[in-house]
Amino acid sequence: MADRYIEPDTPELRARWGNFAWTDENAAKAKDIVARYPEGRQRSAVMPLLDLAQRQVGAELDTQGWLPIPVMEYVADYLDMPIIRVVEVATFYTMYNIAPIGRFHVQVCGTTPCMLRGSDDIMAACKARGMQKGHTTEDGLFSLTEVECMGNCASAPMVQINDDNYEDLTPERLDAVLDALARGETPKAGTQEPGRHTVEPLGGPTTLKEMVSENHDYRGEW
Amino acid sequence: MPKVKVDGVELDVPNGATVLQACELAGKEIPRFCYHERLSIAGNCRMCLVEVKPGPPKPQASCALPATEGQEIRTDSEMVKKAREGVMEFLLINHPLDCPICDQGGECDLQDQAMAYGRGGSRYHENKRAVTEKYMGPLIKTQMTRCIHCTRCVRFSEEIAGVDEIGALYRGENMQITTYLEHAAKHEMSANVIDLCPVGALTSRPYAYEARPWELKKTLGIDVSDAIGSNIRIDSRGREVLRVLPRVNDDVNEEWISDKARYMVDGLVRRRLDKPYLRRDGKLVPASWNEAFEAIATLKPGKSIAAVAGDMLDCETMFAAKKLVGALGSSLLEGRQTGMDYDTSSLAAVNFNTTLSGIETADAILIVGSNVRAEAPLVNVRLRKAVKRGAKVFLIGPEWDTTFGGEFLGDDLSKIGDLPNHVWETIRDAKRPAIIVGGAGLGRGGLEAALSVGEQIGIVRELEDGTKWNGFNVLHMAASRMGGLMLGYAQKGGLADIVAAKPKVLLSLGADEVDYTRFADSMIVYIGHHGDKGAHAADVILPASAYTEKAGTYVNTEGRVQWSDKAVFAPGDAREDWTILRALADAFGVSVGFDSFEELRAAMISEVPALGSEGLADYGSDLPAGGGSASGQIAYPVKDFYMTNPIARASATMQRCSAELLHGEEIAEAAE
Repeated sequence: MADRYIEPDTPELRARWGNFAWTDENAAKAKDIVARYPEGRQRSAVMPLLDLAQRQVGAELDTQGWLPIPVMEYVADYLDMPIIRVVEVATFYTMYNIAPIGRFHVQVCGTTPCMLRGSDDIMAACKARGMQKGHTTEDGLFSLTEVECMGNCASAPMVQINDDNYEDLTPERLDAVLDALARGETPKAGTQEPGRHTVEPLGGPTTLKEMVSENHDYRGEW
Repeated sequence: MPKVKVDGVELDVPNGATVLQACELAGKEIPRFCYHERLSIAGNCRMCLVEVKPGPPKPQASCALPATEGQEIRTDSEMVKKAREGVMEFLLINHPLDCPICDQGGECDLQDQAMAYGRGGSRYHENKRAVTEKYMGPLIKTQMTRCIHCTRCVRFSEEIAGVDEIGALYRGENMQITTYLEHAAKHEMSANVIDLCPVGALTSRPYAYEARPWELKKTLGIDVSDAIGSNIRIDSRGREVLRVLPRVNDDVNEEWISDKARYMVDGLVRRRLDKPYLRRDGKLVPASWNEAFEAIATLKPGKSIAAVAGDMLDCETMFAAKKLVGALGSSLLEGRQTGMDYDTSSLAAVNFNTTLSGIETADAILIVGSNVRAEAPLVNVRLRKAVKRGAKVFLIGPEWDTTFGGEFLGDDLSKIGDLPNHVWETIRDAKRPAIIVGGAGLGRGGLEAALSVGEQIGIVRELEDGTKWNGFNVLHMAASRMGGLMLGYAQKGGLADIVAAKPKVLLSLGADEVDYTRFADSMIVYIGHHGDKGAHAADVILPASAYTEKAGTYVNTEGRVQWSDKAVFAPGDAREDWTILRALADAFGVSVGFDSFEELRAAMISEVPALGSEGLADYGSDLPAGGGSASGQIAYPVKDFYMTNPIARASATMQRCSAELLHGEEIAEAAE
């Protein structure tokens, strides 16, 4: 995270994004979002609007999307708020990309549970495919970041790719997911463990077993 | 009034007080970085931890904790001591140990508090964080590695200045304070963040590496860059004024000063008049004092002498000149250099009657012809506070960026007599209505028309709590204005009367804004300190002292009499103004009745007793009825905030501010 920096404000950036404006569809969405907040508190809409803007940029570039300075200025202008407040928000939350990014943003969790379950191998698998932390592959497909806990510890290790989580990974399973993504397919999100649906215990329940089929009163057993 | 116990001592604290304030009332010092009386509470430095019962068994940030009935607060327990040491250790993890090369050294909160509340050494062996320098304009030098993220500067720019330009980017350890894209801070009060910064992250750029605080002589002074009379501390070393800092005075400047007041002082050593000059064959050539006096005296002006006072004069100088002109039999005195001729028969009608702090409580304000931000930035701060309390502000004049909103009604003076219905109803029904007439609104019948509006709404009234409210205000721009008016520096027809009298000798007391082509037949004797417009037109130049080089009495726009002390000596042959005028009296062979500064001041006070005591002068509260109609396009007199007086025009810092901040020139950073 320490190497997170705003993409510099250059004339080229201005030329490319200076006339950013909502698409018709997003303009309607933006209006809808702003209307959720009480009168006089429109500034609260800055976070969903930044997300919307990032997605629009992404759609335009066919990437995950990011927030160039002129786009942040557009959002500030749209909400009639000081630009520095928008930049504060955009730089604080790591979900906003403040520098160009690839088609798929591969965020590998490296926090303790994932690490114990083999996130080092996942990271190595990513690197073996030519990805580098903080960089985008040359084909523009994958950007790699190491992140802290995403809350999927029960199905560790996991990666988050754009809006989806892929859990219970092994290097092979990750390769399969990434290959599918590269081919333009949409692999199944969530756990990659065959036979597992969500984060239920592998091999059936280990506690509260009597509750599986019917309601059971444990109080007498305490 | 909750009753709390601080270190075993019971005391009552005001409702709404915080635990920190309660401790202060009890006389306990609470270390703090982010907490500041005039800013909102952030609670992010954690230095003010105390032990509070009842409550969780852990130290609590006292700045953000309300004091409630029955609290037992301890500031001297082992837990508090350890908590402070811990916080200090955390703060110092990433703070560089560069005090020897840091400009804040010697007046640094972090340094002092580390000495008082820190543990002796560091247990931290890892590398420290480094942050790139940020560009914040020509006044603020940054060294962001030193920043401890107290966010005082962010809160100042948002809450006090009203310009959101400083923010905290990124998060956690990587948090960085910066202006947007490192643009220069563009505000007339921006440099106050330097005083607010508890560490050496934001320091003064012009003053960088100039001196250490303990080397400086501190003199209490009054600022003359506008008519607010900000209380300042003049820090000097030897013969040079190195910097100016604000003093706390809640009635006047709170604890802020404008950037101009702070930074024009480097102009005090440039373009100075340090010896007398005489015009010979159309050229000014150096002369001796005797030659200069002779040249004036041989003219034998008799009654045909007039004095025009400049904008930065103290009352003593004006009084001495008045005595000299009077001794010669003339009463031609004027201080309104640009030719304004508003009626000054009632001083209450040209005074800031609500007082500067009182304007904060107004609930409807009509501003006529004043770009307050440029003419009196500190009043703009007060107006912002009034608006935050719910005041409605209407402005007549060309639009400017107010920082507090407000409704512009048009830019013609005739609007005063033709207020839209909703405006009229708002100020008519207001409990504490106020009118502010600025420099551009005074002439062309504007003052009278505004007085008439005041009369109709009963702007002088008794409030519900029995206090008197006079909401009629005139916002002057010259530090010498109210003093000058009290001393009679006003002709009925303004400067035109002086022109019409065709005086043989025109004493120009630092008057640099006068159109001297109108005095082609007069001998112009310029008594001032800078080689500016007045000196260019002069026939004789007598070098005098600037405001830091003489003691003096100043009256600000609200009629507050304040005394300023002498910090340094004037350069070269320059003398204090009153001694020059006293010597001129000898040259003319007349007596002015004083031989020393004390006698001069005593004579002045016996003539105008109000100048004898510090505080508000009483002009009464009877306003003339006014009337008539005003018309004419309003054009604000201040074209360039940083260049309004000869000292500022001579100041390299102000020139750079003007070029970069107002005229948008790219200034290359000097390699450091």
